Amino acid sequence: MAATIEAPELLVGQPIRRREDPKLMTGSGNFLDDIRLPGMSYAAILRSPVAHARITSIDTTKARNMPGVIGVFTGEDLADVNPLPCAWQAAGVENNVATPRLLALGEVRQVGDPIAVVVAESVYQANDALEGIEVDFEELQAVVDSREAVKPGAPQLHENAPNNIVMHWTCGADAETVDKALAGAEVRVSQSVANQRLIPTAMEPRGSVGLYEPATQEYTLWATSQAPHVHKLVVAAFVLGIPEQKIRVIAPDVGGGFGSKIFVYFDMPLVLWLSKALGRPVKFFEDRTENYLHTTHGRDHHTDIEIGATKDGKITALKVSTLANLGAYLSTVAPGVATTLYGRMVAGCYKIPNIHVDVKGVYTNTAMVDAYRGAGRPEATFVIERACDLVADATGVDPAEVRRRNFIQPADFPYDTGIGMLPYDSGNYVPALDLALQHAGYASLLEQQAARRANGGRKLLGIGVSSYVEVCGIAPSKWIGLSGEGWGAGLWESADVRVYLTGKVSVTSGSLPHGQGHETTFAQIVADRLGVPYDDIEIEHSDTKGTPFGFGSYGSRSLTVGGTAIYKSVDKVVEKAKLLAAHMLEAAPEDIVYENGKAWVKGSPDAVKTIQDIALQAHVAYDLPSGMEPGLEAVTYYDPPNCTFPFGTHVCVVEVDRDTGNVEIIKYVGVDDVGNVINPMIVDGQFHGGIAQGIAQALYEGAVYADNGELITATMNDYAIPKASMLPTYELDRTVTTTDVNPMGAKGAGEAGTIGSTPAVANAVVDALSHLGVKHLDMPYTPERVWRAMQNGNA
Amino acid sequence: MATTMTAPGRVAVRMKVNGVEYAADVEPRLLLVSFLRDNLGLTGTHIGCDTSQCGACVIHLDGEPVKSCTLLTAQANGAELTTIEGVAKNGEYDAMQMGFWEMHGLQCGYCTPGMIMTANAFLDRNPDPTEAEIRHALEGNLCRCTGYQNIVKAVQYAAKQRSGGAMEPGPGTDLDFEHKDVIEHAPEDLQDWGDQLAGQEER
Repeated sequence: MAATIEAPELLVGQPIRRREDPKLMTGSGNFLDDIRLPGMSYAAILRSPVAHARITSIDTTKARNMPGVIGVFTGEDLADVNPLPCAWQAAGVENNVATPRLLALGEVRQVGDPIAVVVAESVYQANDALEGIEVDFEELQAVVDSREAVKPGAPQLHENAPNNIVMHWTCGADAETVDKALAGAEVRVSQSVANQRLIPTAMEPRGSVGLYEPATQEYTLWATSQAPHVHKLVVAAFVLGIPEQKIRVIAPDVGGGFGSKIFVYFDMPLVLWLSKALGRPVKFFEDRTENYLHTTHGRDHHTDIEIGATKDGKITALKVSTLANLGAYLSTVAPGVATTLYGRMVAGCYKIPNIHVDVKGVYTNTAMVDAYRGAGRPEATFVIERACDLVADATGVDPAEVRRRNFIQPADFPYDTGIGMLPYDSGNYVPALDLALQHAGYASLLEQQAARRANGGRKLLGIGVSSYVEVCGIAPSKWIGLSGEGWGAGLWESADVRVYLTGKVSVTSGSLPHGQGHETTFAQIVADRLGVPYDDIEIEHSDTKGTPFGFGSYGSRSLTVGGTAIYKSVDKVVEKAKLLAAHMLEAAPEDIVYENGKAWVKGSPDAVKTIQDIALQAHVAYDLPSGMEPGLEAVTYYDPPNCTFPFGTHVCVVEVDRDTGNVEIIKYVGVDDVGNVINPMIVDGQFHGGIAQGIAQALYEGAVYADNGELITATMNDYAIPKASMLPTYELDRTVTTTDVNPMGAKGAGEAGTIGSTPAVANAVVDALSHLGVKHLDMPYTPERVWRAMQNGNA
Repeated sequence: MATTMTAPGRVAVRMKVNGVEYAADVEPRLLLVSFLRDNLGLTGTHIGCDTSQCGACVIHLDGEPVKSCTLLTAQANGAELTTIEGVAKNGEYDAMQMGFWEMHGLQCGYCTPGMIMTANAFLDRNPDPTEAEIRHALEGNLCRCTGYQNIVKAVQYAAKQRSGGAMEPGPGTDLDFEHKDVIEHAPEDLQDWGDQLAGQEER
């Protein structure tokens, strides 16, 4: 089964197949719902069928007497439990914070709001008993659209949030300055754009298992989690008031997250509370409709763009005003995503002298919106990349040329965009653009398009270009934290590298996978850096018991922050190994050379101590240098000095059917620059999935609420998750611009595909229709919407 | 096989799953996926939706791919079932599993068992498919991680291997770890230390 290939020198940079895969491809994974504990009981949630109402009475009598029922609880029973906290509020402004309780108390504000919980001997019995709970509501008016919610007279969700405003935040130059620059611009374009609401749809829904052990007063929570340490902290200290050392959180195999599993959800503290109340382990695993109704959504922006430019396409001013629909309550990091990760990234890849961004967060009777696959940067990139095409359209300058003329130049880095983002670390945007245009055959495509238009063909050709830059590897604690951007903690990462007596190695990381292949990538780094066999290295993660605190996986931070922590721990281990080797070889430490797992005295390479020899001596400790502690282990808490800023250009080519409005992608090219790559196979896979999501937002997906707050797209039958036949082949290439931010020169790759792709598709579709007078079209580009645009534009 | 009622509200079922005979009394409403997961402990078959869209629960029933969340356990009475746990034989991964591994056809792995079951049944019917046919065949299985490109390649890899074609290594290379020039056996010091301990134990 071994493929015969030339053995590589180093593992970093090699497409090593994943060590995670055998268990997953044989059905031996251990996902949340696979967890079985003795005496397990099962929770089912009664959810609000209405979007906004006062609860006037709840009668659980019948449910309590139904077969298999162990307990029934309502919000009244949990009245003394704190609501969930909002851990990232918008910085520098007032936030009108309203967060969800574990179970609704007095009022429901979205369809799917949890009202009561039944715990029973089986899932079937728990769900049966939901039918036995009677709730009376006094229905209130609902509002689902952020533009309606801020109008006078709109239904009000929270007393402390007048006009449903969460916060009003700005960045960049003051509005008057930018207005003046706009007024003086040679070319001025305005456009309203929507970035529609998406439903993350990790293939594994969310869930929790709670176990309380009275004898030790210890709580164990298994959760579908991208951040188990953070969940431990929040559930213990902020929600239940449990001593932090008495709670252990374990993320088992996690079936996709995409941001939606970063957050603290009601069921995490609830299953622990229930386990203590009932003396049984309790499992809750949401079904898909619950996932769609109540696990967080993404995007949902309405934005007015005003852009000023010279006649030759140089952008001189940009004003962005956004309503960000944050749903019925604030999820864990929602305001920060809509401000720091969105507003501070709207400059994109361009030198723009006058920028003003205005963001209002808005409560509506909808599911909470929080970070999703790109989190703020897809929305920012959509704004600036549509704006570039609007400038191209208004000036007659080719869209690729508009980008080229406005790019930040290599000599400008580190580059401060002037809107409060950290300085972009490094970049070289032209080569990625050129390579993408070349792969796409841009010049030839333009000719084909002109010919088709001249011939009046029924298949309209559209070419879309999107150049993006995004912020990864979040983040320096001082910048992101309460002293800066308002995040309620730090954002460093931990790593513990232990070399055992036998020379085998365990690495514990605060970063954890939900599909990204951390175990493989991290082991590649350690194998090279420490010089031990890849198979001798175990990567441990996802369990808070006995491990250093870590902030988890999101914001494309695992490699650049978590990986760097590992890298630095390995270096510390090597330093100690060299000291011990010097002692063993009776030489001065400064004369020791350490390479590829071996130490020797400079000039005497024949007398070698291997890392295994050294590890043995470090542990038996019979003969250590004076003052040296036994063991060979190093813990690192790594706080990055900056974020990283990967970039690239994507080109999408579409054919639009003039008669039906159907859009078909006939070519998709992505040229990305994520700095140095550890495992190119894994990085390509990250881009494939990201681009699929980006395309799907442009062509297919969109959460739809009825005016009364009912989620129309509440099943996979109604929400358009793309199938294999609905997506093209992605043609990928890379340029490599390294970064000084971390010693690996790596920038992060988890979200870039999603961020770069949506505007490329959008620009292609609008381009296909542009000769019919269409300047902009809101997503998703369903055949009906495109067909209507063609009729109107062509009228 | 006739379905017989055993106790009030229960149904007696017998079926062969991955070559093993099982008999049980179950509630008539018990979904087949629940029976496999909860009664038999075969948790490789996953639940990802409630509406028969996602395909994470696909198994083979008498050789045909079925969504086990959409069948009652009683409907499988007398059938022969294969789940993802029954795909590898004697510890050897089958061609499709190897294809997914070699071509990086999985990321989080939640959809993977269903994908493999669907794709294997598809290749049984169409051993030499075009890319378009593969994409069409996978329409009942959703993946949110991979964008499907490498899943298509995994199926192509398996098709080639099943037809006896040459196995081309995927991007996922099987490394020869000796390249690191690291001592394969325990270092001398460690060997000595181990010997000493062993000697002490004998005494």
